[in-house]
Amino acid sequence: MDKNPFEYAPAPESRALVSIKGQYGLFINGAWVEPKTKDKFSTINPANEEVLSKISQASDSDVDRAVKAARAAYLKTWSKMPGKERGKYLFRIARIMQERAREFAVLETLDNGKPIRESRDVDVPLAAAHFFYHAGWADKLDHAGLGINPKPHGVVGQIIPWNFPLLMLAWKIAPALATGNTVVLKPAETTSLTALLFAEVCQQAELPAGVVNIITGDGATGAALVNHPGIDKIAFTGSTEVGKLIARSIAISGKSATLELGGKAANIVFEDAPIDEAVEGIVNGIFFNQGHVCCAGSRLIVQENIYDDLLVKLKRRMSLIRVGDPLDKNTDLGAINSAAQLAKIKELSASGDTEGAFRWSPDCQLPSKGFWFAPTIFTGVTQSHRIAREEIFGPVLSVLTFRTPQEAIEKANNTPYGLSAGIWSEKGSRILWASKALKAGVIWANTFNKFDPASPFGGYKESGWGREGGRHGLAPYLKGAK
Amino acid sequence: MVTLIDGSEASLRKYLAALPGVDKVGADQRAAMLSTRSIKTTSKSWAIDMAIRMVDLTTLEGADTAGKVRAICAKAVHPDPTDFSVPSVGAVCVYNDLVKIARESLNLNGGSHIPVAAVTTAFPSGRASLKVKIQDTQDALHDGATEIDMVIDRGAFLSGKFGLVFDEIIAIKEVCGNRAQLKVILETGELTTYDNVRKASFIAMLAGADFIKTSTGKVSPAATPPVVLVMLEAVRDYYLQTGMRIGVKAAGGIRTTKDAIKQLVLVNEVAGPEWLNPHLFRIGASALLNDLLMQRMKAASGFYSGSNYVTLD
Repeated sequence: MDKNPFEYAPAPESRALVSIKGQYGLFINGAWVEPKTKDKFSTINPANEEVLSKISQASDSDVDRAVKAARAAYLKTWSKMPGKERGKYLFRIARIMQERAREFAVLETLDNGKPIRESRDVDVPLAAAHFFYHAGWADKLDHAGLGINPKPHGVVGQIIPWNFPLLMLAWKIAPALATGNTVVLKPAETTSLTALLFAEVCQQAELPAGVVNIITGDGATGAALVNHPGIDKIAFTGSTEVGKLIARSIAISGKSATLELGGKAANIVFEDAPIDEAVEGIVNGIFFNQGHVCCAGSRLIVQENIYDDLLVKLKRRMSLIRVGDPLDKNTDLGAINSAAQLAKIKELSASGDTEGAFRWSPDCQLPSKGFWFAPTIFTGVTQSHRIAREEIFGPVLSVLTFRTPQEAIEKANNTPYGLSAGIWSEKGSRILWASKALKAGVIWANTFNKFDPASPFGGYKESGWGREGGRHGLAPYLKGAK
Repeated sequence: MVTLIDGSEASLRKYLAALPGVDKVGADQRAAMLSTRSIKTTSKSWAIDMAIRMVDLTTLEGADTAGKVRAICAKAVHPDPTDFSVPSVGAVCVYNDLVKIARESLNLNGGSHIPVAAVTTAFPSGRASLKVKIQDTQDALHDGATEIDMVIDRGAFLSGKFGLVFDEIIAIKEVCGNRAQLKVILETGELTTYDNVRKASFIAMLAGADFIKTSTGKVSPAATPPVVLVMLEAVRDYYLQTGMRIGVKAAGGIRTTKDAIKQLVLVNEVAGPEWLNPHLFRIGASALLNDLLMQRMKAASGFYSGSNYVTLD
């Protein structure tokens, strides 16, 4: 068949749902203020490189203002407020996020490049769910098994990445507020807009001034926040490289930290796997959010005796992935978030070519403007290839094979990371055995990339410190709780 | 033609045992994701006309009469009497004692190109002797049916007698010969698991089915998107193994244009666009046709008209 008669016509979500200001200030002490230096930088839509707005570059003195505002709010209001009352604010924020869900989804897609289907069906609903979940904890902390009357740290500095801007904000702010801390949060420099819209939500919810402060800027702003003496605890999600820098700079400072870092997850497919669903899981594992996922299933480890059949099905399925306008409701794979990230993906993929792996991508037309990378798999990958070891953080899957279950586990664990893993098998005993043997914080069986606010998330080894979400995720925000 | 089994029960069992399992959570998730596809403007118009061409316009009531059958036959030829650009449906589906009336009535209305499908083999339960099932089928063929919708013996399937299910389909296929194409109804609502749906799909295809069909319409749930997904995966895999394309008929519970378009999306993205024609995909329905017509009018005029502007039969 030459041409599919059932080509889906464009189905774009309306951009008119959001109004983006020409420029943004910093959200400090419940109000919008201009940065001291007046420095601004552009934020662009990675799908077409259009400038969306001008964002403020917070300097050291702006960070200082924000931390002081958070401290004052902590001392005057937030630490004195009963948990029941804090919970009401969290419920209110959650409801407003739901009411403004379409606005958040469109804005996230414009600023990040992810498909509207994902921001609409995953990012925004999950972000609201995190606020609902933690709202419930606010007055029940005595019953969390973390000691009687556990106390918050005080002021928490939070730095979040660009891959799930609003969702990571929710992962950070919801537990911090529920446990009675106040917050200074810095979004990633390429994706500040939904955090700034969230600041409006805080105003709309009449959250007391200074409880949440949002400062924008690049790595220098982040460093100033980490090093500020008024910060009691750091929560960071991002690269292992920056995570190590943070760990070094807070050493002996008395600041506690949770670090949620990189990954190189193994997605292990055994011979008795439900093959069609495994193919879906592989696709979801690596192509969800353009592969910009710390827990992405970026290493497919497949049993040799089903390798050929699986590859046929995987390639067929990959050729159905719809790459293009992120605002189109039928788009499956959107834009790469930035030119820098695209360069990194290209560089690592090129190393796959030169080191002897075989690259394959389906035929797909990439837009001429913006940052794009076709869904890609490398076969013939071995443990010694860079693409089997380094986090690519893009839509690139490395395929390896194994002969025995022991070999699968050995290969899966043979990485400095340990954030997540996937197991595909219809045999219950094998799933239980493998999940015990795998050294990863999150293990999915016959599914992948499932998230729930009640489920703790975090890594082994270089994938990070501490857990976020669930009862376990409350502990890092409470003094003395483990 | 590639033969996957040698016809013995042992070879059938071996083949079925080697089929991969279906993970329910994953199959449901895939079907749910595909149901979020947004089909607009030109692709929606195309889909509506294609869905009309795929409808097996059905009446299967104890209360069916010659008058009722004549009414649906007239509608099958020209679904919208005010607009002859609306295509005819894929087939008319009736009980076997009404086949003759359906055939005559279609011919009279200029619908000699539209096949009459008859439900046979002691539809819907299938609880009768093979002799009766064969006779039932022969009657329908004699009266002019060119499509036979048979039911499998679910009792035999659920008690593990796969050979019996298989042999019965072969027997009916033999009766059909070249005179009619055979649709095999799995009644997925009674098989309950997706693993069973996959197994039953392969039994039917290996036994010579031209179509595999979800349901009788008498049992709920019927043609749910994940069940159709599993069956479309089965015909796709069978094609990869044999080079033969088997059709799928989704029947039961598809009442709105939205439901029908979701089915077409499943066909497109699971089996592939080659299946997007009435020879390889059908929708068994009655009420659906009017909704398709109303959506078609809306696409043409911009206004959504009420049920008084379509014929109630």
